[in-house]
Amino acid sequence: MLTEKITTKNIAVLSAIVIIGFSIIILRLWQLQFLQGSELRKISESNRLRVIGVPAPRGIIFDRNNIPLVKNSPYFCVSVVPAEFSADNLPGLARMLGVQEEALAAKLNRKGQSPFIPVRLKEGLTFREVGYVEARKSDFPGLFIDIEVSRDYIYGSTGSHLVGYLGKLTPDQLKDEAFRDVPPDAFIGQWGVEKLFDKSLRGTAGQRVIEVDALGREIRLLKEVPPIKGTDITLSVDIALQQEAEKAFEGRPGALVALQPDTGELLGLVSSPSFDPNEFSTGIAPDAWAGLMQDKHLPMLNRAVQSQYPPGSTFKIIMSIAGLEAGAITDDTPVTCRGGLSFGKWHFGCWRKGGHGSVSLHRAVVESCDVYFYEVGKRLGIDKIYDYATRLGLGRETGISLYSEKKGLIPNTAWKMAARKSPWYMGETFVNSIGQGYVSTTPVQMAVMMAGVSNGGKIYRPLLLKGSAPVLVSTANVKTETLDLVKRYLSGVVNEPGGTAHAAHSTVTTIGGKTGTAQVVGIRKDSKYLSEKFRDHAWFVAFAPVEKPDIALSVLVEHGGHGGSAAAPIAKKAIEAYMLPPEKKMEILDVQD
Amino acid sequence: MFRIDRRLLQNFDWLTFFAVVGIAVIGVMTIFSATRQPLDNSQSPLFIKQVIWLFIGICGLVVFVSFDYIWLSRLSIPVYIVAVVLLIIVLITGRVGMGAQRWLSIGPIAFQPSEFFKLAFVIVTAQFLSLDQRTIGMAQLGRLVLIIALLPFILLIKQPDLGTAVVVSAIFFSMLLARGLERKTLVFVIILGLVSLPFLGNILWTGLKDYQKNRIISFIDPEADPSGIGYHINQSKVAIGSGEFIGKGFLHGTQGPFRFLPERHTDFIFAVFAEEWGFVGSIMLLGLYLFVIMRGLDTARKAKDEFGRMLAVGVTFMFCVYFFVNVGMTLGIMPVVGVPLPFMSYGGTALLSNFIAAGVLINVRTRRFSLFY
Repeated sequence: MLTEKITTKNIAVLSAIVIIGFSIIILRLWQLQFLQGSELRKISESNRLRVIGVPAPRGIIFDRNNIPLVKNSPYFCVSVVPAEFSADNLPGLARMLGVQEEALAAKLNRKGQSPFIPVRLKEGLTFREVGYVEARKSDFPGLFIDIEVSRDYIYGSTGSHLVGYLGKLTPDQLKDEAFRDVPPDAFIGQWGVEKLFDKSLRGTAGQRVIEVDALGREIRLLKEVPPIKGTDITLSVDIALQQEAEKAFEGRPGALVALQPDTGELLGLVSSPSFDPNEFSTGIAPDAWAGLMQDKHLPMLNRAVQSQYPPGSTFKIIMSIAGLEAGAITDDTPVTCRGGLSFGKWHFGCWRKGGHGSVSLHRAVVESCDVYFYEVGKRLGIDKIYDYATRLGLGRETGISLYSEKKGLIPNTAWKMAARKSPWYMGETFVNSIGQGYVSTTPVQMAVMMAGVSNGGKIYRPLLLKGSAPVLVSTANVKTETLDLVKRYLSGVVNEPGGTAHAAHSTVTTIGGKTGTAQVVGIRKDSKYLSEKFRDHAWFVAFAPVEKPDIALSVLVEHGGHGGSAAAPIAKKAIEAYMLPPEKKMEILDVQD
Repeated sequence: MFRIDRRLLQNFDWLTFFAVVGIAVIGVMTIFSATRQPLDNSQSPLFIKQVIWLFIGICGLVVFVSFDYIWLSRLSIPVYIVAVVLLIIVLITGRVGMGAQRWLSIGPIAFQPSEFFKLAFVIVTAQFLSLDQRTIGMAQLGRLVLIIALLPFILLIKQPDLGTAVVVSAIFFSMLLARGLERKTLVFVIILGLVSLPFLGNILWTGLKDYQKNRIISFIDPEADPSGIGYHINQSKVAIGSGEFIGKGFLHGTQGPFRFLPERHTDFIFAVFAEEWGFVGSIMLLGLYLFVIMRGLDTARKAKDEFGRMLAVGVTFMFCVYFFVNVGMTLGIMPVVGVPLPFMSYGGTALLSNFIAAGVLINVRTRRFSLFY
């Protein structure tokens, strides 16, 4: 039959086509399974094996009484597996997470990446948000919550300038060799003690080698290297002192530094206003950051080490010591104060316009007589004043290891010539003798000075860790009798009738100190009617107990007005909190939720 | 007609039967391996469903062997009309799956009319081709296309079921080739094909759904990957290649059960098999397919009449085209067209229609001797 023959022939052609097709498939199999086999086997292994860094729990930061200041807390993030996620759900998901739809779409649209590798959509969810997402998870296939380790600052903004905060690696740090071991999503210390001791607090991240499926779900654990927890550190700070002091500032800008005179250990460091480090540890919102940066009271500025103020009458401590030591005055050298002093065509007033009458050093210190110290300054000359001020730690960095400490300024004739190209005038000596004019100090310098005066003339570097070996920077080389005498008079400032710091008088312990009211503008006006920014800075430097000093501190309230009324009560509260027995300290502490 | 003849049993094509059942059993095993849950080592019930469908398929095969295939010739037109009507119904009321309306539900059973349409199409084409004893000329070709090919082709494109449309066209062409085209007509068909390719391509392209466009883009440029399909092809190649010479061993594959492979138990089942059984196993599986196809063509050669011949060629090429399109896709040498691998891929409708087709093939071979009558 004709058709049959034709068909048979055609079937032979079709068979040949089939054979060719099979040959191509076999060649391709050969290519994939032989030529590329081992390479593709490796890819399939790397598909299913995943090395996951296990963040090490961060070391805990304790205060000097072993009260923990921080705890490690979970940091919730929400991620999605793009392969499982439907674009139809995008608007709903954006609404649920409270983010822009376009931003989500941009995150999900990754070219060349496996659609099975999760994309992180939002970080730092609150417990509320986590609950919300968990409840609605079933509406959004591929959505899940993952957890990292972050910090909870138990006392909120208390001590935030000292303790600091955590943050994600900055772009510069990502490039830095020193941070190579840090996983890109991890939190590290970015400020304060958290940054300073980050290396030891951080610990060593562990590792888990797991077998995963395409959804990244763990199937089997193949190898595990446990993380090594970071080292705990015990700060020298007293959190009770810190909190009471910060409360006493009532939000006014200012600073407090408290030191242990015999060791240099830092007992408290306040810079007011401060910030809440918890906001940083959950990835600070841009508007919250802008708010901190634009606040006119500069909450991110650490006033304790970075701001310089004229010391005002607190400088009279230096003047007293210098006068006695240099022999310019004796304990009972009388000076008559008539409310001011004329020198050439200038008039230098005393704060008490009516004058103090005839005063000795004792009355001059207790009542802070300006005219007395004009006379001391006149007898000493600026270079001797400079000598004693620097011996007591002023005019140079204290060496506290916090961010960019300022040096302050103690002027002398050489400085004036170099910086201002002009000789020194006696009038300037008068002004500097009462802590005005060129002289400027930081709160931490004044605390170091106060500590040096109270401990017999030893200038220690302020230390942040409890039990560190004291670092003696210098000794003042001042006779103990001189210091004892000045300390007795400083006690009088607080405890005697007419003393300028009577507000610091305590029934708990004996406090000695010196007030200061530093002029912001040259012309003194009635402070009551002055707008805030022209008001004087209020100072108070103090130590306690007078008999055997265990704490020395400086307090500054910016534009606070009079030192005795604005700064002294803060010092008193700080000292009394420090003197409390440890169990009482726990009771007064407010924990932030 | 339903009387079981002793000689019928003797002539029953046991080799084809065991080959397709063998492939189906390998398919069940591979589905078992591909769908196991590595998290808790539990089993997905899918392979049991497939076993049930395998038995239903064997029953279907037996039924389609039991009567003389001449009945298919007699019933071809009504069957074909029913199949086309089902395609129309699925367009109107069909269930959407994978971006296309392909499913039709009758009570609890959901099935894909396009699966049965292929078979009806092969039968009706065989019927038409066997009517005329001459080689096919232009007039006959035109008539064939108009009467039986055009409408269903449009319906399939509309569904859209690109895979079935392409496969049906290929089967149609292979049957024409087997039947024999006049030289002039053959040249015309080839030239028409070449000329209309860009034109047709353009129409197709604008008419394509996004997911279809993505498939083609990712075949041409796997890096430009709007929906991760290039990734799928890559993962398929990784699965096959990582099997190397002897494979990772049964139940030791990772690409499938760990879900790196999409459609691991349906369209990409060959990749799962090749990963676990390696080059050796793949060659054996290919051997089984090659045997079924060659045996089918041999059946066509030995068929007692032209209708049987055309039927055998059509059915064989149905297997053959599906096999090449599917395996070519998993190997990354053909575009991703979602067609199942005959006898292996998970899916009841496809398995049943493949077994019925195999039954038709065996029927033709079993009744190759005119002596029965």
